[in-house]
Amino acid sequence: MSYIIRRAIFYLIAAWASITLNFFLPRMMPGDPGSVLMAKLRGQGDIRPETIEAMTKAYGLSDDPLIIQYFGYMRNILSGEFGVSTSWFPAPVIDVIRTGLIWTIILMGTALLISFGIGSVLGVIGAWKRGSWMDNVTPPVFVFLGSLPYFWIAPLLLFAFAFHFNIFPARHAYNTDLSPNFSWSFISSVIGHMILPVLSIVIVSIGGWLLGMRNTMIAILSEDYVTMAEAKGLGSRRVMFGYGARNALLPTLTSFGMSLGFILSGSLFTEMVFAYPGLGYLLINSVRSLDYPLMQGLFMMITFAVLFANFIIDILYVRLDPRIRQH
Amino acid sequence: MVISMSTDVKRGITAVPDNFIPLIEIDNLQVEYLAGRGSVRAVDGVSFSIGKGEVVGLAGESGSGKSTIAQAIMRILQPPAIITGGQVLIGGRDVLQMTDRELRKFRWDEVSMVFQSAMNSLNPVATIGDQIIDAVMAHRKINEHQAREQAKEMLQIVGIESDRIDSYPHQLSGGMRQRAVIAIALALQPPLMIMDEPTTALDVVVQREILAKITELREKFGFSILFITHDMSLLVEISNRIAIMYGGEIVEMAPSRELFENPLHPYTQGLMASFPALTGPRKQLEGIPGSPPDLISPPSGCRFHPRCPHRFGPCDSVHPPLIEVRPNHFVACHLHTTSEGSAQ
Repeated sequence: MSYIIRRAIFYLIAAWASITLNFFLPRMMPGDPGSVLMAKLRGQGDIRPETIEAMTKAYGLSDDPLIIQYFGYMRNILSGEFGVSTSWFPAPVIDVIRTGLIWTIILMGTALLISFGIGSVLGVIGAWKRGSWMDNVTPPVFVFLGSLPYFWIAPLLLFAFAFHFNIFPARHAYNTDLSPNFSWSFISSVIGHMILPVLSIVIVSIGGWLLGMRNTMIAILSEDYVTMAEAKGLGSRRVMFGYGARNALLPTLTSFGMSLGFILSGSLFTEMVFAYPGLGYLLINSVRSLDYPLMQGLFMMITFAVLFANFIIDILYVRLDPRIRQH
Repeated sequence: MVISMSTDVKRGITAVPDNFIPLIEIDNLQVEYLAGRGSVRAVDGVSFSIGKGEVVGLAGESGSGKSTIAQAIMRILQPPAIITGGQVLIGGRDVLQMTDRELRKFRWDEVSMVFQSAMNSLNPVATIGDQIIDAVMAHRKINEHQAREQAKEMLQIVGIESDRIDSYPHQLSGGMRQRAVIAIALALQPPLMIMDEPTTALDVVVQREILAKITELREKFGFSILFITHDMSLLVEISNRIAIMYGGEIVEMAPSRELFENPLHPYTQGLMASFPALTGPRKQLEGIPGSPPDLISPPSGCRFHPRCPHRFGPCDSVHPPLIEVRPNHFVACHLHTTSEGSAQ
């Protein structure tokens, strides 16, 4: 398993590099949140030095040299300390992110799995029955749907099904009259709130998975081992999945890993349109209200998510592709 | 006309040795590739049979239709190739008429196949054991444990230690992989094994090993082999009978020794001259000038005539039939059919 250890080290270094960049890049920009805050306070009239001092302390602002700030920053991150959100004051950034993260993972994870699953199966069958009516109809239809602008299709769905026909709820992740618990009424409310946003994502993303899987599968099907599997007299389902799709899955998995990582950033539009209380929604609000600590924490989270997702995919790869296990 | 001609030919060939019991008969097989500017007759009216326990060699240049015949017999041709005519008879049934269900049963149980490149014919994500087991379990009503035992036995037979059963293809050397492929082909002990250039991708030493193994297994189990290669020296060594293909047709067919000592078709002579003899005096190797025929618009008359050093009168207009000129020796060449030819 030295492969996994080496991958882990690689991702740790990548994480360190992105944390460092995340620290230095904003600080190279002209101006800083501290002076913005101070200017705002001063605008409200005279303030006493004690107030400034208290605020400085509360927000963690300092005039120390960058390198010292950097070490403090690293220490904070390692202890899970991202500071205090200014827009959700006085909630710590980490708590704000945690709630958002759960909703985003539930929403986007479900959407990605559904879209990947359906798209891949359609792609596999399309490649297997190349030239059949199904193979002639599904790719163009889903590619057409996929090329519709998301910012158009999502509000359209919202308008049609939430306002016009009033079938699905229009906003939030659950009925706010209910308190979050594992009761059926709460879970069904969560599912009901998920249907529209998930549908909007699945509609536009299924075509990509379908085409990707179909193309890889067509290449795999011309391999000798697929012909040999057929010559062995195996049933067509066994040949299609055990020999074809099983191999075609490997390259597709890489793009799956990429999109897994971009779940967080990709959720921006969806959560904005459907007012879903996930990370994307938080990110927009943090930008609007200039909540620097929250923004920084969110960007960090997105970076970690990309790295973590890829690490998971690497581990999965080892399970699925025996050729990676050694060397 | 063509059909009656080839049935004659078949009758002639099936009469070969005294104890000849035909196992499979290929009769007037036609395969076309639908290409952009017309269709290509990759196999054009080929007829031959393989006897029980016999090794028939099929030789010819790339594109002569050798592999296409192999794939047509198992019906694993990929589009745009389609079988447009003929019969493949085994045990009184025509493979080309079988339903999907019959075909699945027939494949591997009655005819198995060793593909050209062992690297590409093994599923990279499955162990070699699993690839034997799934063949066995698709045809026999036995449980996984029994199938596994059988797989181990097969591996041992081809010279792979049975504890390598859980190895993946990439963990084996080239020679071992080809042995594993042979073990898979042997799994159901079919009466006929098609070997499509089984040693071409291997280095010479490993080639020898594999060939010796194939010969040993054949003696042990008595299966027939259709051995496809472009290596004439290899064929002479391993096969009872050899058919030479050119441009989708059989141009000469004879028992190996007879063909080797007395090649009649100018193309066969060219093929022989382009391989070094292992023994005997050193001589200059010759190639065959020109290139294989364009099968979309094949040459008129004899397909070999544009490249033939001995062409004369009828060659560019009359298509020579395959006829028996000596006992069991068939050739399709005007040199040996017309009076003008024998005069030369």
